[in-house]
Amino acid sequence: MSPPSALAVSDIRMSYGDVRAVDGVSFEVFQGEFFGILGPNGAGKTTALEIAEGLRKPDAGSVSLFGESPWPRNISLLPRMGVQLQASAFFEKLTAREQLETFGALYGVTSARAGEMLELVGLTDKAGTPEAKLSGGQRQRLSIACALVHDPDIVFLDEPTAALDPQARRNLWDVLREIQARGKTIVYTTHYLDEAEILCDRVAIMDEGRILAMDTPARLVRDLDAATHVILENGALPHEQARALPGAEDVVDNGVSLTISTHTPAPLLSALAERGTLDGLQVRTATLEDVFLELTGREYRA
Amino acid sequence: MTVTETPKRERAASGTASSSSSFRALATAMFKGFVRDKATLFFTLPFPLMFLVIFGLIFGDQGASRIEVGVVGDGPVIAALERSEAVELKPIENAATAEEQVRAGDIPAYVTQDGGNVTLRFAASDRTRASTVQGIVSGVVNQANIAATGQAPRFTLDAGQVEDESLQPIQYLAPGILSWAVSIAAVFGSALTVVNWRKKQVLRRLRLAPVRPVTVLGSRVVVSLGVALLQFVVFVAVALLPAFGLRLSGQWWLAIPLLLLGTLAFFSIGMLVGAFCKTEEAASGAANLITLPMAFLSGAFFPIDAIPAWLQTVSNIFPMRHLNDGMLDVMVRGQGAEALALPVLVLVGFTVVVGLLAAKVFRWED
Ligand SMILES: Nc1ncnc2c1ncn2[C@@H]1O[C@H](COP(=O)(O)OP(=O)(O)OP(=O)(O)O)[C@@H](O)[C@H]1O
Ligand SMILES: [Mg+2]
Repeated sequence: MSPPSALAVSDIRMSYGDVRAVDGVSFEVFQGEFFGILGPNGAGKTTALEIAEGLRKPDAGSVSLFGESPWPRNISLLPRMGVQLQASAFFEKLTAREQLETFGALYGVTSARAGEMLELVGLTDKAGTPEAKLSGGQRQRLSIACALVHDPDIVFLDEPTAALDPQARRNLWDVLREIQARGKTIVYTTHYLDEAEILCDRVAIMDEGRILAMDTPARLVRDLDAATHVILENGALPHEQARALPGAEDVVDNGVSLTISTHTPAPLLSALAERGTLDGLQVRTATLEDVFLELTGREYRA
Repeated sequence: MTVTETPKRERAASGTASSSSSFRALATAMFKGFVRDKATLFFTLPFPLMFLVIFGLIFGDQGASRIEVGVVGDGPVIAALERSEAVELKPIENAATAEEQVRAGDIPAYVTQDGGNVTLRFAASDRTRASTVQGIVSGVVNQANIAATGQAPRFTLDAGQVEDESLQPIQYLAPGILSWAVSIAAVFGSALTVVNWRKKQVLRRLRLAPVRPVTVLGSRVVVSLGVALLQFVVFVAVALLPAFGLRLSGQWWLAIPLLLLGTLAFFSIGMLVGAFCKTEEAASGAANLITLPMAFLSGAFFPIDAIPAWLQTVSNIFPMRHLNDGMLDVMVRGQGAEALALPVLVLVGFTVVVGLLAAKVFRWED
């Protein structure tokens, strides 16, 4: 029994000349869900998102947002959705607070809300700073605050964590989790597979306009049935001995470290422990990155 | 980043903002953007004012300079000449000095009166002014003769200038440069806002907010109208300073509604420019290409009759031409509301046609 659907996209297509930016994409996002669209540059994430928001008319296919079509401009849906565009959209010469107040006023939100939003994204001390004088990451956070100022039911964020430093990225994760905790639906795109793995309930992996796989991150990784890599310092164990370990499938020595691949890490690790070669040992299990590699045959390049 | 947000909703009952709060917020945002942008501010006020000052000073004395005529002695004819105010009289102590000055070209002519004898000596080298003086003086002498006979004159000539006295340069420069300034502010203002908002995705963002396009447009129009009013006040105040000496005629305030209509016409031009141009550079180039020739051909810097007749006809396509005509009529020529009928009609028509065209070619994004 799945929760009610917030967004249903079915078989949308969109071409720019010869470029098939979105080539038959379908997905459904349930209310309260955190849904991620992953993919490299040019995969069609932004295009798909903009069609879902009602900013673009798809060449084919349909979108249903809370049961209604967002295209043509559906003014009754607009208060329910918050959108952060990939390029931040701000009014000229206004301070951070004024940007929030202006966007808020478009939704009939009181100006007190601007202060709360600044605090939410950690920009309280930048309230009086003109938007043009904010750093890239600060501008990004302000842009997200502007998307949330009217307390929407569904939030579309296009690469919200791009250009953020690691600290700000983690802080933003907290913000996004908090928004989800309040029952909001989040649809977001990212290049960071690790981030998607941590945040998303479900992800869609997209490349060249198509969705290659869609599931929970854990299940995608599990279904991959990928090997676990046990990495040892170079010289900790001779190559032949490593090959002879229980469960060892493949051994690669790159001169710096020795990587043993296995589908049964437990016996392999205990064998290593018996030999006392656990110092500096690393275990790398499969990630979404491996899923991407498997699906496309290409290394993932964010 | 602390997460301390009250989850309560503060939306208006309908779930969307009232148009008036959106309108106010957008107008405020744009007005702040306007006053905080030093370049825009400069081109809106100090820049055109500079032209008013320069032109005002260059042409300042010209209108006042009537032909100067030397006079030696005194008498009824000379007194009548003085009353006529047709020429400037320059008293000179004796005929010899006066003769010298005429020869030197300092003055075109001199008059002496010795009882019934009026003598006029002029420099034939300065034919135009000499004949003007000759005509004026002989006219005055004839009148004096008729008066001396005690008879009522048989024919009377009622000669009067079309303009309010002499239309001093400041009288046409002030309304002219003002309308040029207003056109700069309105055309550039609307064109650059459209281009900048499209480029920076503000238009797309607004499209995703529950705000009607007419509210967005209206708020920008209101800012332009406000700026035009500000320009009117500053320009008229400066031109009224004794150094410039603008004299407003009776119903000068009728120029205000006309100016606002003109602003709308210029705004629609800006919208059209904004619809076609992708970058701010292209938009300001196109705006310059329109406003400057329009100003020259509409008589913003010199009286419209100074340009060839066919160009005067051509200039009728410009809203500024009609704005100028109307403003001159009510601000300095002392005419009333009836003088504005044609300008108002043209300006409204222009705004509607160009505005509809702009709406037709308007693009939300590139
Ligand atoms: N306005 C446009 N005109 C022409 N082609 C476009 C346009 N927008 C996108 N494309 C093309 O469509 C494809 C998908 O672009 P899109 O922006 O959706 O990718 P993306 O996944 O969001 O990429 P990124 O991660 O770089 O943001 C790309 O090949 C791009 O070149
Ligand atoms: Mg993108």
